[in-house]
Amino acid sequence: MSRRILVISAGLSQPSSTRLLADQLADASRAAVGGRGESAQVETIELRELAVEMAQTMVSGNRPTPGMVDAKRKIAAADGIIAVTPVFTASYSGLFKTFVDLLDKDSLTGKPVLVAATAGTSRHSLVLEYAMRPLFSYLRAVVVPTAVFAATEDFGGDVDLERRVHRAAGELATLVVAERTGVAGLAGTGEEGVEPDAPVTDFAELLRGHDGG
Amino acid sequence: MQFGIFSIGDVTMDPTTGRTPSEGERISAMTQLALKAEEVGLDVFATGEHHNPPFVPSAPTTHLAYIAAQTQRLKLSTATTLITTTDPVRIAEDYSFLQHLSDGRVDLMMGRGNTGPVYPWFGKDIRQGIPLAIENYHLLRRLWREKNVNWKGQFRTPLQGFTTTPCPLDDTPPFVWHGSIRSTEIAEQAAFYGDGFFHNNIFWNIEHTSQMVNMYRRRFEHYGHGAADQAIVGLGGQAFMAGSEAEAKRIFRPYFDNAPVYGHGPSLEDFTAQTPLTVGTPEMVIDRTLSFADSVGDYQRQLFLMDHAGLPLEMALEQVEILGTQVVPVLRREFERRRPEHVPSEPPTHASLAAQGPDGPHRQVVSSPVAIAREEEKAAREQEKVSAR
Repeated sequence: MSRRILVISAGLSQPSSTRLLADQLADASRAAVGGRGESAQVETIELRELAVEMAQTMVSGNRPTPGMVDAKRKIAAADGIIAVTPVFTASYSGLFKTFVDLLDKDSLTGKPVLVAATAGTSRHSLVLEYAMRPLFSYLRAVVVPTAVFAATEDFGGDVDLERRVHRAAGELATLVVAERTGVAGLAGTGEEGVEPDAPVTDFAELLRGHDGG
Repeated sequence: MQFGIFSIGDVTMDPTTGRTPSEGERISAMTQLALKAEEVGLDVFATGEHHNPPFVPSAPTTHLAYIAAQTQRLKLSTATTLITTTDPVRIAEDYSFLQHLSDGRVDLMMGRGNTGPVYPWFGKDIRQGIPLAIENYHLLRRLWREKNVNWKGQFRTPLQGFTTTPCPLDDTPPFVWHGSIRSTEIAEQAAFYGDGFFHNNIFWNIEHTSQMVNMYRRRFEHYGHGAADQAIVGLGGQAFMAGSEAEAKRIFRPYFDNAPVYGHGPSLEDFTAQTPLTVGTPEMVIDRTLSFADSVGDYQRQLFLMDHAGLPLEMALEQVEILGTQVVPVLRREFERRRPEHVPSEPPTHASLAAQGPDGPHRQVVSSPVAIAREEEKAAREQEKVSAR
């Protein structure tokens, strides 16, 4: 069974070091899934291409534009997510946060997520632990233990970055290939897709305690 | 099929002149648009209910009664009545009274309201939005259908032997629509009671609207009110028309670009491609509107938003005129042509509901045969348990 890995890259420039890191993580994750006897398809969302649509969605009553509808669909379908942002002013970038703000609050529940960031200096590396990890914890995603940070100097061939990339990818792959337990209708399988195709709560259930009896 | 206009009653500056109408002018403008709607042969006028600036319509029954007095045929509705923050006792009496005044030309659309701060102004909590909509509406159904109501719920003081006055006209409560854009619970509520479902799709793509409507249709059938394609569906729409597409765009663009809800965001071109907004010739509006039925099925009510974003009254009146004389006659013909025989053309009216008599489904608090059977079965099981002991 082929697994789906979705990469969300918030880099702004082209070429982008954020995208570079995202691609390394994607390749390593695909290989790691392959190492477990499964295959993985990787798709990438470049947030810069969605920047205008995100702003439009924000100011027109949260009406998702076609690009946002598509992105939400990809997230719903993903078995695992790699989220990579540049560090802006001591945190994830505003563009990255805007994207997360536009997601349905349950869309990442239970999804494995690998968090990663790039910055000019290694002194920003804790952004992953004090900004990225809490953000995804709040959304009830399962964040893998190893977060990957790359400063400009790390792209100079330092083997340590590569080691972290592979360790994080391995952790993600383990969760991506894990068989889901539970059946639809009770806990849900997380594969229902975007609302309003979600299972319906019977009205008698909703009315319970509200019928004046 | 019914056609009409709905207004949100926003008091917005005309960006081409810099002039903002007074609240009084805006109220008067809404009235004139309603009268125009009757004059040009439209079926429905619906007013929003808001309690915060820049919106003016805070007292829909007062306004609709005033319009009722000056019209003969026009159906009066709401878009929407706040079932969350308005006491159901108040709604029951206000709209019963309006029914009597207007000779039964009233139906209502329930909704939850537009912004968080409104809730505490009326002693409510937005986090309880869905439970409020569910409990209050169930109480409203009882108030309209039972005398000497005893009630104890979560959200209001208990009632002991309360009877709504006046009772609904001919003991027949108004038909109710439930308006919702995203909440599947509200579509489920409409389906459970066999009420209408209105999707105000004006800010959404048709794929989303279609998913919501189809969910309501499936559940309508599930609850035993009829086949899915017989469910009662209404849609929103918005349009601006002129002799040519270029002319329509030229006139409407400044209003679009500065509109309170979507202004300074998407371009007119993107927005028209992604939502039902049609800016162009009457023929374009006809084609676009007919296409809605391909996505949501044959439906019963189409309302258009035509007076917002600071459009001056004369322009809005002219739009309603074009709608009534050039667009709706064609739409009526074409929608009927494509409608299968078993799919109702009209939503229920006072006459059709009154004709069902006291035993008709509309007069029951819970009208779903499936839900009633399930409750009876449960009660019988309980009984068995008790007697087994």
